[in-house]
Amino acid sequence: MLEIRNLHASIGGKEILKGLTLTVKDGDVAAIMGPNGSGKSTLSYIVSGREGYEVTAGEVFLNGENILAMPADERAAKGLFLAFQYPVEIPGVTTMTFLKAAMNAQRKHRGEKELPTPEFMKIVRAASDKLGVAQDMLRRALNVGFSGGEKKRMEVLQMTLLDPKFGILDETDSGLDIDALRVVADGVNALRGDGRGFLVITHYQRLLEYIKPDSVHVMAAGRIVKSGGPELAHELEANGYKDYIGQAA
Amino acid sequence: MSATVTRIKSEAETSLESAFAVVRETLPGQAKVRAFRDEAAALFASNGLPTRRVEAWHYTDLRAAMRTMSPLAQPPDEALIARAGASLSPAAEGQVRAVLIDGYFVEALSRGLITSDITMRSLDVTLAEGDHVAIEILSTPNLGRGDAALALNTAFMRGGVEIDIEPGYHAALPIELINISRAERPAAIFSRSMVRAGAGSKFTLLEKHVSLGAEAVQKNDALVLFTSGRSHVEHVFVRERAPDSQTHVHSLLLNVWEDVKLNSYALVEGGGFLRRQIFARLESERAELSLSGSTLLRGKDHADTTLVVDHANPNNSSREYFKHIVDGAATGVFQGKIIVAPHAQKTDGTMKSQTILTGDDAAMYNKPELEIFADDVTCGHGATVGALDPVQLFYAMSRGLPRADAETLLLEAFAGDATDKVADETLREMLITRVRNWLNGRAA
Ligand SMILES: Nc1ncnc2c1ncn2[C@@H]1O[C@H](COP(=O)(O)OP(=O)(O)OP(=O)(O)O)[C@@H](O)[C@H]1O
Ligand SMILES: [Mg+2]
Repeated sequence: MLEIRNLHASIGGKEILKGLTLTVKDGDVAAIMGPNGSGKSTLSYIVSGREGYEVTAGEVFLNGENILAMPADERAAKGLFLAFQYPVEIPGVTTMTFLKAAMNAQRKHRGEKELPTPEFMKIVRAASDKLGVAQDMLRRALNVGFSGGEKKRMEVLQMTLLDPKFGILDETDSGLDIDALRVVADGVNALRGDGRGFLVITHYQRLLEYIKPDSVHVMAAGRIVKSGGPELAHELEANGYKDYIGQAA
Repeated sequence: MSATVTRIKSEAETSLESAFAVVRETLPGQAKVRAFRDEAAALFASNGLPTRRVEAWHYTDLRAAMRTMSPLAQPPDEALIARAGASLSPAAEGQVRAVLIDGYFVEALSRGLITSDITMRSLDVTLAEGDHVAIEILSTPNLGRGDAALALNTAFMRGGVEIDIEPGYHAALPIELINISRAERPAAIFSRSMVRAGAGSKFTLLEKHVSLGAEAVQKNDALVLFTSGRSHVEHVFVRERAPDSQTHVHSLLLNVWEDVKLNSYALVEGGGFLRRQIFARLESERAELSLSGSTLLRGKDHADTTLVVDHANPNNSSREYFKHIVDGAATGVFQGKIIVAPHAQKTDGTMKSQTILTGDDAAMYNKPELEIFADDVTCGHGATVGALDPVQLFYAMSRGLPRADAETLLLEAFAGDATDKVADETLREMLITRVRNWLNGRAA
């Protein structure tokens, strides 16, 4: 489903990804854990098409297609979605307007007609009720003045509405309260299955209690330094990253 | 010993001076009017068209933009009136509308000329027969003194309209002042209009500038907006995109009296060369003046917004808030000067200019100035120039919006911040639609 091969990337002359290789199979949920600054968010940005990085080697395939040359919107249209670690505030654009623009843009990419407004409203209402996103937030400028947890819920709302084939969740659990964590996990678990995949970046084993990953990977200094099953997360929780940091350097 | 500096006059300057000599006798107005026309013509003769050497024109060289003078515009003929009429949207029931073609007031296309609450007449009539109060206001003794471009308008002014709103009258619909320039052949337009808001009146004035055709029009027009005490006026200025050959100087002259609320917003869509200058004077106390605008430029447009807000009296507030989107190889200019007189204590003035450059060769010049002679004041200004935020762009694109759409979404929000200042909902919607169309045109 998602295949990253020997990815090297730098920004401002500084190499951040140093030969990262990772495969997430169709239907799987893979978790990445790793110390601060190891390049997890950078990886998620590069996979989803943020500009400004220099990819010096390697490839990224989504369902067999090399996506590295595509702009972010085309990758989104292919079903890629990134829930940002730090969701971006967009002053002057109401959440509702943004959601509609995003949904219609993806429909257009797929050659479908725009959603009629009443239908769109119905879908958004239902999804936001489920995620505990208050209706008045939809009328506010996107993410502006939202609390940390509200922003994360908004990411998950967008993910639900855009119904991606491959979701990357970059520390979506950080800042969420326990109830929201469960809701997010339920959301991912509901989407889970054939034809979909997830890459879940987290610092905490707790999320992985709710979303049982198929594989867990340790990232350090721009590479995957160890891969294993869910038990690896427990081991990290107990021992930290000390065993891996030296190895990566 | 005395040294004389001889300025070599440009072709346009020479033509303007001789044109004035030719028409001087035929221009409307009696002795008083004639006197201030002559005074203005003399100022122009000694200063010439403003160049970059004039401080207030540092970024806008009118002399270079206007090398030759187009012939003075003639009153519109029947065919043009019919054509211009066809371009107008039908007037609503009870709509008050003044239409100027090439600067000339056209009664046939105007609506609601005389009601019990509003009087409208050709400014030529005011100039010829007006009482001394009207003439005094029209001559704007305290506004824009020394500005040679305004002086040109003063010297040549003819053909505009005077609209008087009775004291206490609250208008339900916006009063429209529609300026149409034809441009089938080159023409120089000099018209001045005057709107007087009676004490305690409340209304919206929509001032539109529309261009038909593409010939070299040189437009130098002015609007005197005189707001009597307690009036509450919203002024919405819309300059539809003009042909690239157009040279336009527009002066807005504002007298703001006690307890007035005056909100003036401008949508400038660029095209050609534009200098929009606002001279405002706080004439009494407790007034709230708001000046705002969105300027949208592309291609090789040049648009300059220059304002001088004279806090000549205490206890007034002014807000200036301007947004500029500069695309292509266009040039934007914003100059704002807030003057606070020595006794104008408790003045509250804040000025802000924000620009997003979207064109590789786009440029923006900002010059905010505070001249504060009183000590108990709250004044500030800020100017920013930047590109679209790449992080916001990426965020929107990562949700599936193509780059152009993502840019349009963000730019619309940016410009919308200023359109939000317009209270009239219908006009605000119209402005938002115009901004969106402009942005879509840019993205296409
Ligand atoms: N624009 C940039 N210029 C220079 N260095 C950068 C830039 N962006 C990221 N970095 C550096 O790249 C490294 C990886 O950052 P990244 O955000 O990917 O880490 P992370 O693994 O997501 O960390 P965290 O767990 O704290 O979220 C960090 O050292 C960071 O400072
Ligand atoms: Mg991170």
